[in-house]
Amino acid sequence: MFVDTKHHRPAKPRAAPAPPRFRLGESRAAMGLLFMLPAASILLLFLAYPLGLGVWLGMTDTRVGRIGHYIGIENYEMLWMDSVFWTSVFNTFLYTVVASIAKFALGLYLALLLNRHLPFKAFLRAIVLLPWIVPTALSAIAFWWIYDSQFSIVSWSLQRLGLIDNYINFLGDPAWARASVIIANVWRGIPFVAITLLAGLQTIPPSLYEAATIDGATPWQRFRYVTFPMLTPIIAVVMTFSVLFTFTDFQLIYVLTRGGPLNATHLMATLSFQRAIPGGNLGEGAAIAVTMIPFLLSAILFSYFGLQRRRWQHGGTD
Amino acid sequence: MASVDIRQVRKAFGTFEVIHGIDVDIGDEEFVVLVGPSGCGKSTLLRMIAGLEQISGGEISIGGRVVNQMPPKERDIAMVFQNYALYPHMNVFDNMAFSMKLRHAEKSLIEQRVRQAAEILDLTKYLDRYPRQLSGGQRQRVAMGRAIVRDPQVFLFDEPLSNLDAKLRVQMRTEIKALHQRLRTTSIYVTHDQIEAMTMADRIVVMHEGHVEQIGTPLELYDRPANLFVAGFIGSPAMNFMEGTLRREGDRAWVAAKGDLALPAPRGVGGSDGQTVVYGIRPGHLRIASDAEQGLPAEVEVIEPTGDNTLVFCRLGDIIVCAATTERHPLQPGERLRLVPQRDAGHVFDAATGQRL
Repeated sequence: MFVDTKHHRPAKPRAAPAPPRFRLGESRAAMGLLFMLPAASILLLFLAYPLGLGVWLGMTDTRVGRIGHYIGIENYEMLWMDSVFWTSVFNTFLYTVVASIAKFALGLYLALLLNRHLPFKAFLRAIVLLPWIVPTALSAIAFWWIYDSQFSIVSWSLQRLGLIDNYINFLGDPAWARASVIIANVWRGIPFVAITLLAGLQTIPPSLYEAATIDGATPWQRFRYVTFPMLTPIIAVVMTFSVLFTFTDFQLIYVLTRGGPLNATHLMATLSFQRAIPGGNLGEGAAIAVTMIPFLLSAILFSYFGLQRRRWQHGGTD
Repeated sequence: MASVDIRQVRKAFGTFEVIHGIDVDIGDEEFVVLVGPSGCGKSTLLRMIAGLEQISGGEISIGGRVVNQMPPKERDIAMVFQNYALYPHMNVFDNMAFSMKLRHAEKSLIEQRVRQAAEILDLTKYLDRYPRQLSGGQRQRVAMGRAIVRDPQVFLFDEPLSNLDAKLRVQMRTEIKALHQRLRTTSIYVTHDQIEAMTMADRIVVMHEGHVEQIGTPLELYDRPANLFVAGFIGSPAMNFMEGTLRREGDRAWVAAKGDLALPAPRGVGGSDGQTVVYGIRPGHLRIASDAEQGLPAEVEVIEPTGDNTLVFCRLGDIIVCAATTERHPLQPGERLRLVPQRDAGHVFDAATGQRL
């Protein structure tokens, strides 16, 4: 263990006490503040200020090119009556819940596969990361082609297999569109879940599995009683991040559907942008963005309690 | 409880054979220690008995049943691992009860068996604790408790004490031995520590590079090592070795070593006159001569007092030998003295084969 001796060293008695003089380098508090300053200013400027501005804008009727006035909660009252807003809330929840569950299930499955002794293990692990590395906008364009109403490779393959007669209108039909964007999001999100869970799996000592085998556990019981409980702390971390990323997703939707058809894929984030920038209603857009805050806060609180160290992780140092 | 028979067992990883046909018969209720330097195959052999490694050749039977193709849980064995392999997310009770829960044993029976094991091991106070909240010695006991609860035919121990500090190791060694005397379960114990082997075993199997070098009781191995390897491995401080030529004249036999040294061979030694041999003698059998006595002239190099006895490392010709004495000689490095080997305590090995003569 490192011991920070530098700061705990008792002051040496000096032969001739010099007149007390303030030295920046000797003050732990001043140096601490100084080192914190760059990070703090970046956070204030790029996180706290926009957040505060957004909350303020949400209470004004600001439009592009016109300074707004304070109108209290009028924007929120309007949203309360706005069926499109409620559709976007429903869409956001559907998108987040379905995509997160799918990402978790498939990511865990993939992690368990990759944790085995496979040929070309390192190569396979690198490949798995690909969807995550490719910029979202690029992979969204690829999916756009996959889902194209005339040139879709999926429709083409299904037709060749004789499973369908007409091409599927993936992005034109509300139900298909919702499913399509969720699939694209899952594809993109799996690597993050899989690789993180794989890292967690590798911290489980093999002797635990051997002990469980001797104790008479079947492969399923080894997963149920050893792997899964030991993985729960890391699952909590991964799923918190995964839920936050999914809830606030914007790029994928905006490239694929722009919220259509018939607002079937509008998420709160895309609707907020749509109303604020192309629509020009900065105040209303900001208000939609602000309504995301309670949901995100509750997700964070959930993870805060979920992330707390389990009782078995406490105590003991060796 | 059951006997364990190991017949011509081989283990190969790919084309690389690490165990070359081993035969060991372990009797019912016996405590057998597999000992050898690291890489000798002792742990692999244990894991084959447990069913954690495939057997490449030969046959292992437990209680008369051949277990080669049997999964671990059907072999009716329990294993204590070097790192204990306790489930960190289960408390002590659940760790010990896990195997019975998997078998859907009745709750009251589980409770009874775990409490019983906890009592034997003095763990009753800790049943609610998690492994992280226990000391090394307590974790070690939980690992044994987990084995006891299963009431198996055979206990397998894979270097269970090597993660403990020296003092605790000696204490746990005694506890394990006492436990065996109480439960009488056939036990196979792997260690690289020859003192652990000597103190705990009914019989010791000395292994080296995938072969069995010798099987015997601790004192058999100490008093009559079958070859140079066993002679050098068993006993601490290690046996002194000197190369020389076997000489015979009538009933008298001795080993003539470099520097005109005549080392008395034990009575009944085999071998022929003029054979190249290695003479071995334990430090405790080399005495420092009194003034009037004849002996091997040596010069003191290093003195190591251990309290019980004092180890005197001396230069004898061109080698260093160690003599252990319980007397308190006022010796100084550089001092000249004479060493007297106890007559029948010497061991003579063929220099070419390393086998005892």
